[in-house]
Amino acid sequence: MAKLDYDGPILEIENLSISFFTRLREIPAVMDFSVTVQPGEAVGLVGESGCGKSTVALGVMQDLGVNGRIVGGSVRFKGRDLGQMSAAELRDIRGNEIAMIYQEPMASLNPAMRIGKQLIEVPMIHEGISESEAWARALEVVRDVKLPDPERIMRSYPHQLSGGQQQRIVIAMALMSKPSLLILDEPTTALDVTVEAAVVELVKDLGKKYGTSMLFISHNLGLVLETCDRICVMYSGEAVETGSIEDVFDKMQHPYTQALFRSIPLPGADKNTRPLKAIPGNFPLPHERPEGCNFGPRCDYFQAGVCDMGDIPMAGIKGDDRHFTRCLRFAEIDWNAPIEAMAQHAATAPGKVVLKMENLKKYYEVAANALFGGSSGKKVVKANETLSFEARESETLAIVGESGCGKSTFAKVLMGLETATEGQILLDNRNIEQTPIEKRDTQTVADVQMVFQNPFDTLNPSMTVGRQIIRALEVFGIGDTDQARRDEMLRLLDLVKLPREFAERMPRQLSGGQKQRVGIARAFAGGARIVVADEPVSALDVSVQAAVTDLLMEIQRKQKTTLLFISHDLSIVRYLSDRVMVMYLGHVVELGTTDQVFAPPYHPYTEALLSAVPIADTRITKKHIVLEGDVPSAMNPPPGCPFQTRCRWKSEVPGGLCEREVPPVRELVPGHQVKCHLSPEMFDQMEPVITVAAE
Amino acid sequence: MEPLSWSEIALRMLGLFLPVWIALIVTFAVSIAFKRRLGLYGKLFDSPIGMVGFAMVMFWVFTGIFGGAFDMILTHDVLSQSATMKNKGPGTPFTQMMGTPDPGAYPYYLLGGDNLGRDVFSRMVAGAWEVIKIAPFASMFSFMVGITLGLPAGYYGGRLDTLLSFLANLILAFPVILLFYLLVTPEIVQTGIPVYMAAVLFLFPIVFLLLLWNSRYHTQPSRRNVYVGITLVIGLWLYLGIAWDADPLGLVSFPPNLLVVFVAVVFVNSPTVFRIVRGLTMDIKTRDYVAAAQTRGERPWYIMLWEILPNARGPLLVDFCLRIGYTTILLGTLGFFGLGLSPESPDWGSTINDGRKLLTMYLHPALPPAFALLSLVLGLNLLADGLREESLRD
Amino acid sequence: MAMFILRRVGVMILTALCLTFIVFFLTNLYPNLEKLAKTQGDFRMSDEEVASYLGRNGYLQPMTVKYGQWLGVVPGFVIEDRDGVTRGQCITPDIAPEDAPRFCGILQGDWGYSTVFREDVGKILSDKLALTGRLMFWVMVLMVPSALILGILAGMREGSRTDRTLSTFAITTTATPEYVSGVLFIAVFASTAVGLKWFKGTATAAMDNPTFENFFLPVLTIALYGMGYIARMTRASMAEVMTAQYIRTARLKGVSFPNIVMKHALRNALIAPFTVIMLQFPWLLNGVVIVETLFNYKGFGWTLVQAAGNNDIELLLGVSVISVVVVLVTQLISDIGYVFLNPRISVR
Repeated sequence: MAKLDYDGPILEIENLSISFFTRLREIPAVMDFSVTVQPGEAVGLVGESGCGKSTVALGVMQDLGVNGRIVGGSVRFKGRDLGQMSAAELRDIRGNEIAMIYQEPMASLNPAMRIGKQLIEVPMIHEGISESEAWARALEVVRDVKLPDPERIMRSYPHQLSGGQQQRIVIAMALMSKPSLLILDEPTTALDVTVEAAVVELVKDLGKKYGTSMLFISHNLGLVLETCDRICVMYSGEAVETGSIEDVFDKMQHPYTQALFRSIPLPGADKNTRPLKAIPGNFPLPHERPEGCNFGPRCDYFQAGVCDMGDIPMAGIKGDDRHFTRCLRFAEIDWNAPIEAMAQHAATAPGKVVLKMENLKKYYEVAANALFGGSSGKKVVKANETLSFEARESETLAIVGESGCGKSTFAKVLMGLETATEGQILLDNRNIEQTPIEKRDTQTVADVQMVFQNPFDTLNPSMTVGRQIIRALEVFGIGDTDQARRDEMLRLLDLVKLPREFAERMPRQLSGGQKQRVGIARAFAGGARIVVADEPVSALDVSVQAAVTDLLMEIQRKQKTTLLFISHDLSIVRYLSDRVMVMYLGHVVELGTTDQVFAPPYHPYTEALLSAVPIADTRITKKHIVLEGDVPSAMNPPPGCPFQTRCRWKSEVPGGLCEREVPPVRELVPGHQVKCHLSPEMFDQMEPVITVAAE
Repeated sequence: MEPLSWSEIALRMLGLFLPVWIALIVTFAVSIAFKRRLGLYGKLFDSPIGMVGFAMVMFWVFTGIFGGAFDMILTHDVLSQSATMKNKGPGTPFTQMMGTPDPGAYPYYLLGGDNLGRDVFSRMVAGAWEVIKIAPFASMFSFMVGITLGLPAGYYGGRLDTLLSFLANLILAFPVILLFYLLVTPEIVQTGIPVYMAAVLFLFPIVFLLLLWNSRYHTQPSRRNVYVGITLVIGLWLYLGIAWDADPLGLVSFPPNLLVVFVAVVFVNSPTVFRIVRGLTMDIKTRDYVAAAQTRGERPWYIMLWEILPNARGPLLVDFCLRIGYTTILLGTLGFFGLGLSPESPDWGSTINDGRKLLTMYLHPALPPAFALLSLVLGLNLLADGLREESLRD
Repeated sequence: MAMFILRRVGVMILTALCLTFIVFFLTNLYPNLEKLAKTQGDFRMSDEEVASYLGRNGYLQPMTVKYGQWLGVVPGFVIEDRDGVTRGQCITPDIAPEDAPRFCGILQGDWGYSTVFREDVGKILSDKLALTGRLMFWVMVLMVPSALILGILAGMREGSRTDRTLSTFAITTTATPEYVSGVLFIAVFASTAVGLKWFKGTATAAMDNPTFENFFLPVLTIALYGMGYIARMTRASMAEVMTAQYIRTARLKGVSFPNIVMKHALRNALIAPFTVIMLQFPWLLNGVVIVETLFNYKGFGWTLVQAAGNNDIELLLGVSVISVVVVLVTQLISDIGYVFLNPRISVR
């Protein structure tokens, strides 16, 4: 069908309220939400999980499922009320005028249908064009999303593509009918950082090329800064602040927005001198929202009798362009007051070396074909190649890399869940690389412990919190009686700042951050001296991340723990680590102190990684480096330097050396080593990726 | 005396089931009152389907217990025949050809008499007991066997898994009826094979419990020894009595023809349970809390029994209900083909088989046991459905 | 792919050997042989007479040797009797002992001789299989499409009234074993007591001349029990697919509901039920035995009951081989079909 010509706002959401109805009660998910998207404009919708941002998207699409209903307000698309449309009219708009891109690319593509067929379906439904015409169009769009060999991709099934390629296909599908509005629901959360950067870049370019308006939903402020013109911050079902990016980022007028910015590690934050300020308390559950301001109980500026009385309307800020805040006291608050000084700590000096790796190698043999394997030959996956480093007491060593870089394998070998193929691991000068965990003595096991990534998976769902900690104490042989162990368990709960009543709770009664604290308590049950923290905060909401990170730091200071902090998030790594190790496809490509790694000269991969990480600070300018393609599979690594397939400096090395030889480890300055063929002169030429504009 | 009308029959039956109604009402009242504190069982009372299923199951459970164990609901002896009552319709007044009429006897055959002049109603009630005393226990044993083998197969994988899966598939490829015909015959009982099979199968619960205690309490040997000791003493005593009929105290024994039925049913059910447990284990072992247990040096059996198994309980519970239903059907099949149980037995399968021969003329002997079996199995299926829905809810 | 099939076939043959050996072992236990001797000879035979009868007929050789002979990998036994008659496994009355072949087992196509029917096992089985094949064909024709349609209709809108109604129906049929539903059907549709008399209560006539009247009830009885199970599987699978993200993608692309069901959901939803249908065979075989007994239809299942009830060893072995092979072949088909239906599994 022909598209409407309309020159007003593309999308007007006015006082939208959405509720879900369960057997017990009505759960309001979105309340009194308003936002307008102008043609060609990109609006970011930011908030923590559970704040209702995805519900808004589904509300726009009028796809709320059986239990959800719009209970108030309206959604108008090009002046027409979507709520009044018939099912057939809605179908005409979906995919044609409004398209959506989702978080999980693999899940949003039909696994049993070839890519091409899924793509050509869109124009065939909406424009009634022939199959061959649609095919030609699809080829063009697939080229537009910069996928290699479009013909082949069109004939593949989704599972034959990588995550990044799948997300590009989802984007292509959304663009097939040149929609006027594109809704992106956390489109890059499931992707690696460097792939994310490329996808974001693509979305921005295509948005311009096709003149599409965008509603960009994300929990990542930095990403919104990079992609959007306007922003709407949501908290617990309500929009708390909307405005242009500059206004909201630099002249915020809502305490939640301010608290959010203070809790994320921006450049300049430091664990000792400028620690993060976590937002106290927990996100309220939908049916336990407080009276008055939802953020009231966690707000520094809360005033009883004002903030806890009745509904709070959005108020406009004079002088700014469409800048609104849902705060009664915004005029009274001194927004420029300096951050209340947080407790500062003297930097702790690293002690003696406790852990030392020398040329550690871990190879796996896997059947080439998982299902029908056997005689068809085995393949060797080189998960870790010549890993060497040492870690000292009370030191935080960050291990950075994207998926498939071998950081998890390394953790497994260290923990004793796997044994090393070659090389050695020395714990207090004792070799442990060939001792599987069942052969290690209790003390060794208790010394090396781990904190896991996924808070929803880290605790046994059918055992109380207290029991799980006591079990760890039993295994580590701590306490002689049940009573002694119980006391010790309560002490550990105090240590991780959880109320003692939590001992009797089941894990499902805890929030993500609280579960992660229990996980930390359990890891420290045997007085661990080396703790491997595998992305301990990446699955948590921004406001909780700071609190959990701080807790880890605090325990580390008290107990002089060596922390091996595995992460892909360079902002947090920069904030808390003393030294950084960057890994790529099983190789350590760069190792040095935090300052050395975050300043030039960089390893080319580190450089790209730094450029890819979105930073939520308007004063920052970043050099733009976009890596082509995906991380190669560890089953099939490229010859020579592992990074040569995506390296932008490759041409600077003469004679194709990068393709032939694995580079040697070179020490640039004492303590800073890089695995690269680049000449010292080239290293000297490197410019900083991140520059902070003078204040 | 005049035969009873249909409404009188219904009223009288309602009255006879009075103890069952009371027990049902008490169960429901107590359960609903405390449903918030009873976990998954309590949540069952939020689901209408689950409640209906539970009511149907408990009706037969109580009927079985009151009728079979306490002799309460029965109106006539299940074996005594009366030549004058042969194939008489429902509600016929009871008469006896021979002997002096017993003045205390119930005056009617409420659901008529079968081809030998036995009371259909009483046989149906007694049939419930035949099922209730075998099916749940046979299912429980199948679960013990399936769990004890399925956990390591799923957890370790590799050769062990290949071997055990092959054996399970072997049994699953056997048509059940063929297996019954081969196994549940007097000749096989003579050879003693069922006893050997029982000897193997009944070891599993003991092994299971020993592993359970040892893995949990190996850090506290004194407590472990107490639990292990108690389990060994009671377990081996029951084991000797049930499997070998050699109880030194002479208290526990198991009739051989029942044993063979029991063994056959456990044997047929275990491989399916094995496959379910194996699949669940393979899924759950990838969770972080399993990795956490491994990194603190827990032994494999602790991880299997205390970290993995409790978290597989939802699907297993659902399957347990279905399995009792399936076992009921299997027992009926055995009865239908006259295998295992004595020919006089009032179990539903046998009575259906007896009744079907004159089915085109007399419906009343075959229909009551058929409906009884149908409603019990349906109740179990509905219960499983309710449990599944409720366990998925959180 | 060839490799995969080859491996599966290998496992299948191994399974078949194990299973037939188990059957062979159980049927050749001494009490069973004793019973056989007494039914063949007379019931008042003394223990010595039984032993000599069994010895004469080669039953007292070691179990593995007998199994080998039956399979046809060990030469058939030849026993010179006291009365001068040479008896042997491969020696039949019309062939002279000298001309008899050395091997005569299953592999040579010699299935043995039925002691109950006094006929060649091979001949009996092929006749009976034809009868049961006809029954199964109609069962499949009735069961599979209706189960799939039922499941898809119920699963495409989970929780709707259609879903509730159809699911309750499906649960009821799975809760009704054949011996219950068969009895109910006969009672309602074929008895004089109810008086509808739409169908015949027995299917004996259907062996020669199947008509709707005499054949529908047995077919319905078998189909109904399996139908509920397949329908529930299909429903669960369909309901799961309908909540998948890619279905939402399709919906938000503007695909109409019928097209979502037909083009996007169906293929994904049918992967699970397909395997279930194939794995139903061991259970269908149960149904066949019950229904053929109930309706007195003298097919394969009926033969099984006769053979097992009378300890007709060679017939029973033949029946076992056939049923085991049928089950295993369907498993193989299910595996291969799964690979074809599911594009996520790549085959090289």
